[in-house]
Amino acid sequence: MASITLKDVVKRYGSGRSANPVIHGVSADIKDGEFIVIVGPSGCGKSTLLRMVAGLEEISAGEISIGARVVNELEPAERDIAMVFQNYALYPHMNVFDNMAYGLKIAKLPKDEIRVRVDKAADILELSPFLQRKPRELSGGQRQRVAMGRAIVRQPQVFLFDEPLSNLDAKLRAQTRLEIQKLHRELGITSLFVTHDQVEAMTLAQRMMVMNAGVMEQFGTPEEVYHHPASTFVASFIGSPPMNLLYSAPHGRAGTILGVRPEHLQITPQPTDSGWTVQVEAVEMLGAERLLYTRLDGEQIIVRTEEEQGIVPAVGSTLHITPRPERLHWFDEATGKRL
Amino acid sequence: MVERSPYLTFLAHAVMVIGVIIVAFPLYLAFVASTHTAQEIVQAPMPLLPGSHLWETYRKALLGGGSGPGSTAPVAHMMWVSLVTALVITFGKIAISLLSAFAIVYFRFRFKSFFFWAIFVTLMLPVEVRIGPTYQVVSDLGMLNSYAGLTIPLIASATATFLFRQFFMTVPDELLEAARMDGAGPLRFFWDILLPLSKTSIAALFVIQFIYGWNQYLWPLLATTSEDMYPVVVGIKMMVAGGDAQNEWNVVMATALLAMLPPALVVMLMQKWFVKGLVDTEK
Repeated sequence: MASITLKDVVKRYGSGRSANPVIHGVSADIKDGEFIVIVGPSGCGKSTLLRMVAGLEEISAGEISIGARVVNELEPAERDIAMVFQNYALYPHMNVFDNMAYGLKIAKLPKDEIRVRVDKAADILELSPFLQRKPRELSGGQRQRVAMGRAIVRQPQVFLFDEPLSNLDAKLRAQTRLEIQKLHRELGITSLFVTHDQVEAMTLAQRMMVMNAGVMEQFGTPEEVYHHPASTFVASFIGSPPMNLLYSAPHGRAGTILGVRPEHLQITPQPTDSGWTVQVEAVEMLGAERLLYTRLDGEQIIVRTEEEQGIVPAVGSTLHITPRPERLHWFDEATGKRL
Repeated sequence: MVERSPYLTFLAHAVMVIGVIIVAFPLYLAFVASTHTAQEIVQAPMPLLPGSHLWETYRKALLGGGSGPGSTAPVAHMMWVSLVTALVITFGKIAISLLSAFAIVYFRFRFKSFFFWAIFVTLMLPVEVRIGPTYQVVSDLGMLNSYAGLTIPLIASATATFLFRQFFMTVPDELLEAARMDGAGPLRFFWDILLPLSKTSIAALFVIQFIYGWNQYLWPLLATTSEDMYPVVVGIKMMVAGGDAQNEWNVVMATALLAMLPPALVVMLMQKWFVKGLVDTEK
């Protein structure tokens, strides 16, 4: 097991004037045994960052260390890491056993040792009955587990996951998420997990790295990221529906943006000093909760109410809402940073 | 066809039967001719039923010793020359094409696209176009009348290289990356992963190239002058003397049928793999 240190890591494609930077200096300290999720919209550089840690992409500038070693110049196999790919990348002509054992065979481990390790991994992942099958004879979830097994048997210092759940259906995804959590608890191996799904990020992460356009916007626990977003981007990316961002809030100062999450707005029967009066434009019923799409002077505000709260405002009616004062977020309008 | 009218069924069968007759009748005639003596064949009308000299003719063809005016070299040896030539060409082509396609798809090197296009352009040049210079080179190197001379000029294959390139490009990059993570070097990846995945393409190419190698005519005709280096296809030609000579047509026909056997066998035995190689998309 090992810590990972990123120091001003930069990735450019091309060189000289035509260089096209995709990652602009990311620094982070990841502690031994931590589960880190890198989350961001597509094209934000999160996969590139992971592949740089893996050694599949060159590092244009900066330094990546795993444990005490700087790994910039090391081949992927020498970095003592294992990776789970988005499409699993199982060798189609090898059975499950050989798929998991391939890396160990190349590392010239004794046959008995290989057998012991693969059997143990298969046991953990409930793959024992399928060891002789080819990948094409397995279901999506089983393939995904083989991919994880291939990572586990190598007993690496670091696990890298590149959107490993995106090819699974919703139910299996939730189940596999729990399995990954359990696995991490048991093995305690430092893990980097890339996803664009904020639910995965929130549920799996001990700390999460929110990326946008090649820049790390925030690095913190899910609670920090949710309750103290570092920028308007983080505020609107994490949370569903996203945080309401008001550019000309009634109580705001010039040059600031006010943010408030839909669940931190309360409906009051009468207008209050700190509250707003809004028009209801649409109502969405989501089962346990209701989303009210309202408008305040041209700006949309989404209000989330519990189902049992009972009040169902009609579309077109007027509503008085009051934000919880301790849940207001202020951002700089020019930079989008938290004030 | 979804239509089930008896008239159409009859028509379809009639067309097929006519097609089979057109293709098969010459073969049948060759077979009939190979079972008669040379004198019986040239009589008019020519016999249309098999005669009683089957073994005699084939023995004469395979072991040589006929009395025709053309070449009377043993066909068994020619078949051996053809077999060696076809196999060397086939395996040589597959090996070289696999390696060059591997280089073109998986490595970055200077002038890579130049080399690719150079290979691609030669696709358009058949052997016949470059046969003059090729002959000069082979003869200067003293390779006439040798297996090397018969095979090496035919081994380089743009078609096969191109086919493997196309196949390799459909192999997902993640497989290469997974292999790198597992510690496999380029050759290990080639041997352990790429080659097993190319199995069906290799089988399809084997069939095509074996027949190509076996059927070579023009090049062996130039590159060999001695009877013991004739492939069977050239041998047939050499058996037939020009003019009004009394050719032993029965032996010639027997040789032609013998020459057809190995390619036919290869196609029949490899048919399943061949089709799989052309249509299989499973990676």
